[in-house]
Amino acid sequence: MTVLGILIPASLLLGGLGLFGFFYTLRKDQYDDPKGDAERILSGDYDDHPKP
Amino acid sequence: MTAISACPACDAVPAAQTVAQQDVLSDQSLALSVPQVHCGACISKVENTLAAYPGVHSARVNLSLKRAFVEAEPQVSIDDLITQLAGVGYEAHELDQGALSATVNDKARRDLLMRLGLAGFAAMNVMLLSVAVWAGAENATRDLFHWISAAIALPALAYTASPFYKSAWKALRARQLNMDVPIVLAIVLAVVTSVWETALSGHHAYFDAALTLVFFLLAGRYLDHRTRAAARSAAEELTALEVPRATRVDGDTTSTVAISELQVGDLVLVKPGGRMPVDGEIVSGESELDRSLLTGETLPVFAKPGQNVSAGEVNLTGPLTVRAAAIGADTSLQRMANLVAIAESGRSRYRSLADSAAKLYAPGVHILSALAFLGWYVFTLDVRTALNIAAAVLIITCPCALGLAVPAVTTAASGRLFQKGMLVKSATALERLATVDTVVFDKTGTLTQGTPVVTNWAALDAEAASVALALASGSAHPLSQAIVQAGAGGIAAELSDIQERPGFGIEAVWQGKPVRLGRCDWVGAQPVEGTAVYLKVGAETAFAIRCTDALRPGAAQTVSDLREQGFHVHLLSGDAENAVEAIAQELGIEDWRAEFLPEEKSEYIKALNDAGHRVLMVGDGLNDTAALTAADVSISPASALDAARVASDIVLLGTDLSPVTDALLVARRAVRRIKENFRIATLYNVVAVPLAVAGLATPLIAAIAMSTSSITVSLNALRVRVK
Repeated sequence: MTVLGILIPASLLLGGLGLFGFFYTLRKDQYDDPKGDAERILSGDYDDHPKP
Repeated sequence: MTAISACPACDAVPAAQTVAQQDVLSDQSLALSVPQVHCGACISKVENTLAAYPGVHSARVNLSLKRAFVEAEPQVSIDDLITQLAGVGYEAHELDQGALSATVNDKARRDLLMRLGLAGFAAMNVMLLSVAVWAGAENATRDLFHWISAAIALPALAYTASPFYKSAWKALRARQLNMDVPIVLAIVLAVVTSVWETALSGHHAYFDAALTLVFFLLAGRYLDHRTRAAARSAAEELTALEVPRATRVDGDTTSTVAISELQVGDLVLVKPGGRMPVDGEIVSGESELDRSLLTGETLPVFAKPGQNVSAGEVNLTGPLTVRAAAIGADTSLQRMANLVAIAESGRSRYRSLADSAAKLYAPGVHILSALAFLGWYVFTLDVRTALNIAAAVLIITCPCALGLAVPAVTTAASGRLFQKGMLVKSATALERLATVDTVVFDKTGTLTQGTPVVTNWAALDAEAASVALALASGSAHPLSQAIVQAGAGGIAAELSDIQERPGFGIEAVWQGKPVRLGRCDWVGAQPVEGTAVYLKVGAETAFAIRCTDALRPGAAQTVSDLREQGFHVHLLSGDAENAVEAIAQELGIEDWRAEFLPEEKSEYIKALNDAGHRVLMVGDGLNDTAALTAADVSISPASALDAARVASDIVLLGTDLSPVTDALLVARRAVRRIKENFRIATLYNVVAVPLAVAGLATPLIAAIAMSTSSITVSLNALRVRVK
């Protein structure tokens, strides 16, 4: 059962990382134009210089 | 700036730095509406075109909103950018940043999304631990898992469910019950009994149920908010398209200023094609005024110095200088818009399906769980058991599915209508639309396009036609434009000395003979009935080129479809009797009224209402706004005046009228789905509640019942999208 001492914190930490990532992307307005972003990834224009 | 960002403020940072070195003037940020952008290639084309223009620092297209945000140096004119885009084939319009600000940073949406994400995270982790408990974790392990669940659930519930706490508290303070009161009670009771059970190392804890409940309910709230925010932002865009500017005359110079900066007594220049920004008196210039948006009249009115004009009228032929007598809120335009506030709204009389359900549901649930508590207390004399069962009853009956039943359907239905070119502004519009049995149309600008079309072009001989075409092609008057359109492809005669006489017509010399195209008395012709423009070549008798207001595309189809489906169709107009009669006969509408004042229109609708009919009003003019408000539900085309669009529940984005029939169909289907959803939710309760009352419900059963009912309801809602 000692393995729980590692697994539970590990699962919470990984989930927390995902949550932090979600908050980060939300704050950076990454959900404002989902349609546009889906199209932009196919264009070669920004491959070398990501558009700010 | 590694992340992709649509935030103009972020984009401004590098731009502002470069400018700071060379110029003290600050950069301007401009917003353009680019309705034709629809793919990745469009994005690069528009962005590259804009960015290549000298003085533009950065340009970014938002494909979801179909807008372009531009950061540019102050001397860059937005008109030049619009011309640039037109050059590569994209129609663009300037947007008023002030009117847009509310949607650029939608804080409420982000806040809900944040809560939804956190609730989802917490629910998943707690569910993971709960599964272990259900799978058979015992004693110390089970207690440990319960404590960890509590540690995650308590702070998560405190934060994520706060919209429900606030709303429930507001309702209780007003001594009312809404859907949120049983929700909050269920959450609180679940948490209290679960903590208690955990402390006594009991078997059942409902942390996962409480979190899943909050997650599903937040998902419903988010969907609801997103649907309305999308409609609101598009509606705002329509408002923002009317950039409030006017040309002020100061002595010999003119300057472009915001309408809000104008003062009473200022001289304002209104160019042909422009809309009157103020009420006032004409000081100089002669022209004709199109008053159709205010009164529904299709015939232009002659305007000369000394005459009074009202804001909202459109100047047609010559430039006019107007002395402002009333501005802003004092204009007759605004006063008429205020009529709307007085007209009794069909909306306020309507109670939404969700509210009616809540009214039945909330007391029922409370009574049921109170009875369960009392019954078990009397039976066992054990507060702990009784409270556990009361909590189980509340959680199982909790309106997860009810919370999703309405928003999931309206989201799907609004999305479908948006594809068809309709914007649903009001949350309950679809429900109200489904009850409609009578459709009332306005004429000018709604059933008709509001632009005239020549009817007897073929009767003109070739020479006269070529002269008329040549005369008309130099003018912006709607009747001239109609002639240009009628004669498109024909050869224009060669004229000399072309002169436009504002308010009268156009004259020129053709093969040594004077030729005139214009008003009846100026040309010297016998007046004919209806709208006409007169052509006189030399000494010949003048010819009347008759014009009529063309029907909007889809109007005839829509009216006949509606009549076929059993709707009563009425036509109300402020226009002259013969014009209205002609349209009514063409469309086969038997109930029509002409020369109606705005108040008469809204009284007519109230009379229909009193006779037991549910009325849909479709109109665009300022004279329709009171009627739009009085009707149970209302639709206005995008070309309508701002006030009319604000008063209506649904905005028709395209020029075609046929989506109106679709809207009625989709609304009926949506309401059928909502009612089905209520039935599904009730069915789950009928099965699960006896188990809970009998004390047989475990957290596992609660979780299964809740998730399956929520998922079934969402899937059922998606069926609205399928034809």
